Amino acid sequence: MLIEQDKMENLADAMVAAEVKGRSPWVDARKRFFNNKAAVAGLIVLICVGLFAFLGGYFAKFSNDEIDFMVIGQVAQLGGPSISSGHYFGTDDLGRDMFARVVQGTQISLMVGVVGAAIAVIAGTLYGATAGYVGGRIDNIMMRIVDILMAIPYMFVLILLLVIFGRSISMLFIGIGLLSWLEMSRIVRGQTLTLKNKEFIEAAQATGVSSFKIITRHIVPNLLGVVAVYATLLVPLMILTESFISFLGLGVQEPLTSWGALISEGAGTMQYGTLWQLVFPLFFFVITLFGFYFVGDGLRDALDPKDR
Amino acid sequence: MALLDVQNLSVSFKTNDGVVNAVNDVSFAMDAGQTLAIVGESGSGKSQTAFAILGLLAQNGIASGSVKFQGNEILNAPLSTLNKIRAADIAMVFQDPMTSLNPYMRVSDQMVEVLIHHKGMSKTEAIAESVKMLDAVKIPDAAARVRLYPHEFSGGMRQRVMIAMSLLCKPKLLIADEPTTALDVTVQAQTMTLFSEIQSEFGMGVILITHDLGVVAGFCEEVMVLYGGRVMEQGPTDPIFATPSHPYTRGLLRAIPRVDQLNAELDTIPGSPPNMLQAPKGCPFEPRCQYAQEDCVQSLRPLTEFATGRKRACNRELEELI
Amino acid sequence: MLNYIIKRLAIAVPTILVLIVFSFLLMHAAPGGPFTAERAVPPEILANLEAKYGLDQPLYMQIWTYIKNVVFHFDFGPSFTYKDRTVNEIIAQGFPITLTYGSVAFVFAVIVGVSLGVTAAIFHNSWLDYLAVGISIGAQVLPNFVMAPILVLIFTLWLGWLPGGGWENGEVKFLIMPVIALSTSFMASIARIMRSSMLEVMNANHIRTARAKGLPTRQIIFRHALKPAMLPVVSYLGPAFVSMITGSVVIDMFFSTGGIGLFFVNAALNRDYSVMMGITILIGVLTILFNLVVDIIYAWIDPKIRY
Repeated sequence: MLIEQDKMENLADAMVAAEVKGRSPWVDARKRFFNNKAAVAGLIVLICVGLFAFLGGYFAKFSNDEIDFMVIGQVAQLGGPSISSGHYFGTDDLGRDMFARVVQGTQISLMVGVVGAAIAVIAGTLYGATAGYVGGRIDNIMMRIVDILMAIPYMFVLILLLVIFGRSISMLFIGIGLLSWLEMSRIVRGQTLTLKNKEFIEAAQATGVSSFKIITRHIVPNLLGVVAVYATLLVPLMILTESFISFLGLGVQEPLTSWGALISEGAGTMQYGTLWQLVFPLFFFVITLFGFYFVGDGLRDALDPKDR
Repeated sequence: MALLDVQNLSVSFKTNDGVVNAVNDVSFAMDAGQTLAIVGESGSGKSQTAFAILGLLAQNGIASGSVKFQGNEILNAPLSTLNKIRAADIAMVFQDPMTSLNPYMRVSDQMVEVLIHHKGMSKTEAIAESVKMLDAVKIPDAAARVRLYPHEFSGGMRQRVMIAMSLLCKPKLLIADEPTTALDVTVQAQTMTLFSEIQSEFGMGVILITHDLGVVAGFCEEVMVLYGGRVMEQGPTDPIFATPSHPYTRGLLRAIPRVDQLNAELDTIPGSPPNMLQAPKGCPFEPRCQYAQEDCVQSLRPLTEFATGRKRACNRELEELI
Repeated sequence: MLNYIIKRLAIAVPTILVLIVFSFLLMHAAPGGPFTAERAVPPEILANLEAKYGLDQPLYMQIWTYIKNVVFHFDFGPSFTYKDRTVNEIIAQGFPITLTYGSVAFVFAVIVGVSLGVTAAIFHNSWLDYLAVGISIGAQVLPNFVMAPILVLIFTLWLGWLPGGGWENGEVKFLIMPVIALSTSFMASIARIMRSSMLEVMNANHIRTARAKGLPTRQIIFRHALKPAMLPVVSYLGPAFVSMITGSVVIDMFFSTGGIGLFFVNAALNRDYSVMMGITILIGVLTILFNLVVDIIYAWIDPKIRY
């Protein structure tokens, strides 16, 4: 579990309390963040991985679905990583360039992670803010629905959805995103309840601003810190989910690929001595997860007003 | 030989923001059966003084000086030595009984373990003894209630449980840390009555830690007034109440509501207690003191005896305080 | 306490019904399912389905028949792909295996995780603490599908100590790698949660009271601190259980253990909807029951919850 719910709730409480007092937690959060060595290292790693995903394609000598007939059949002997052959990371079992494939896998995994987290955060924030702001019986029903949904084994339902509606990337985005908004909605609802009775919200109500506007203009911005931290920690979770599904062969389909699919392929062929097929995707997968983890953790510590 | 002899006790804490000196150079002695009050606002170091005596400081706390219990040095003594004295010879009643009692254990289990550990009683004996003690602190239907959890008691009853628990081994010294702070006013009075009854019954020494001078009158023989980790005034209770010799003590006394003066307005001491991270060079009370002069910022006279048994630490002469 | 359990059950039952109805509707909406004409289903299977669901009946009647079968007869109907097998038979074959290594992994994760966390907290800021924190942070990025190939690489391909897969009625050497692969990341999470909660509890007022009683440190830790410090771990057990069941799919795929996960993936690839639904519902019910158990454990530890 990368996200510790207790800590998230504590952070949310502390931040909203500070905002309400008129002391922005953002003021010296930046300084605190950059004083945190692990967080800065994580950020650098993430920037490097990002550059690799976007610029790596220009350095590849082969495209991701081009089969190198020179090595096919003798991948273990000829397909290893080498500068001279142009296969910097070697080739896969079919003679395709691993470098190009890892670049593409990185692009897709990062994209699924970021888009999935964005969907989860937006859905969770709006749902939670609405429930908390409207309150009363509607709030009760909305939160009971969340309770019920939380007890459903999501991965199985997600796979069911993917099978029924076809394994497209957009389905994957939506499915993964809709997996994780529940906790977010609970935290946001709690904070909205706290914020709701503050003067500036009452003032907005008194001047006749619509409920939707109050939620999006006044309540959501005040929750920004929590949302930022949560989103950062959600991305690796989304990447994990996507990799899991792709590892099972139920995620992205050939010729597209992702870290999970690459790890699965590499793991399937490692007994033939082509270890590079496992090592390179695994390396990017692990350092990226670490990167997000440390950045998210650092962000949380930096924004937490109670430590000052 | 004094029951408890504390000499030059100082307590400091190492924190990320620097060293905090919570208690500076506190000395006092008390005999068996005596009562002493340690009075001060929150942050004056009174609780830390008590914790230091029993070795209960937080991990980053350092205590120096000397604490002799019946002639034996117990400050910074090894844990095995301290564990023999704790509860058996020196017991403690903490403030806020809701969190100081273990909320996850039955009261019976929490009381019994003291007797089993220190007296080697069997469980049945220990339960009988615990019920007897709960009776002694006037908990109705103690035999049944001993099986309850702390949250099933009311605030006042919970504090009685806490007191009963501390008395189990008939300690020679009882340290009560703000025993009435978390309680309603009526319950406060009951609890204090209970204390004085128990003290005359068991005859142990009591150190009462409080921020409320009103509680002290009629219960304690000696008073020590702490401010900013330093002793401001120390001596027998009655003269201090009659003629307080320190501006801070005067302020505290004026802040007590009195029933006999209906229209009198309550005086409060302006300002707030000092930030112990930037400990003042001179008198800690100087920023809030109406008699303060230039020299108070720079230094503070050491605690000196000015009448029999009475000590004060103030740069102003007694005659200057009108 | 009884009231509390009844209250929890009152939420559990509708949740299970929602899950069943939801799955059935999904299956019904599925293109290429037996309920649409576009797929030619073998006549024997169609006859099975016809008999089971009454496909000529209106939708709500079909749902009702399905719920009746599932709830009262615990019967998930026939498979879509295997003409001579029912979903029940498939579950009966795979589920005991999943349950075996799953529970071993679960217990292993809890025991090792809690011990690691408690040790780290007691020896706070010592090398033991740093080691435990290092392990738990590292293990967080080693989910089962990463652990599994790494373990096989080391213990099967390089060292040759353990078989790379198979089950053989749960012999120990076939059990080791599935259990470690499945439990590592949960063990790490439990250790982290346990450590921080133990550190917090050791600073609590009631622990100071216990110290003032002159109790030995061991007694303070085990009698006074451990129970409240376990609470956050207990609340994590619910989500951990779900994730571990999910993870078993990878274990079954990778180690050919023959558990329920393999059937699920095969069913997913073959569009065998009734098997998928049966497994999904089974796991949903298990999850709900497990959460109920967790709630009861929680209430047992924290007397304030029992009302």
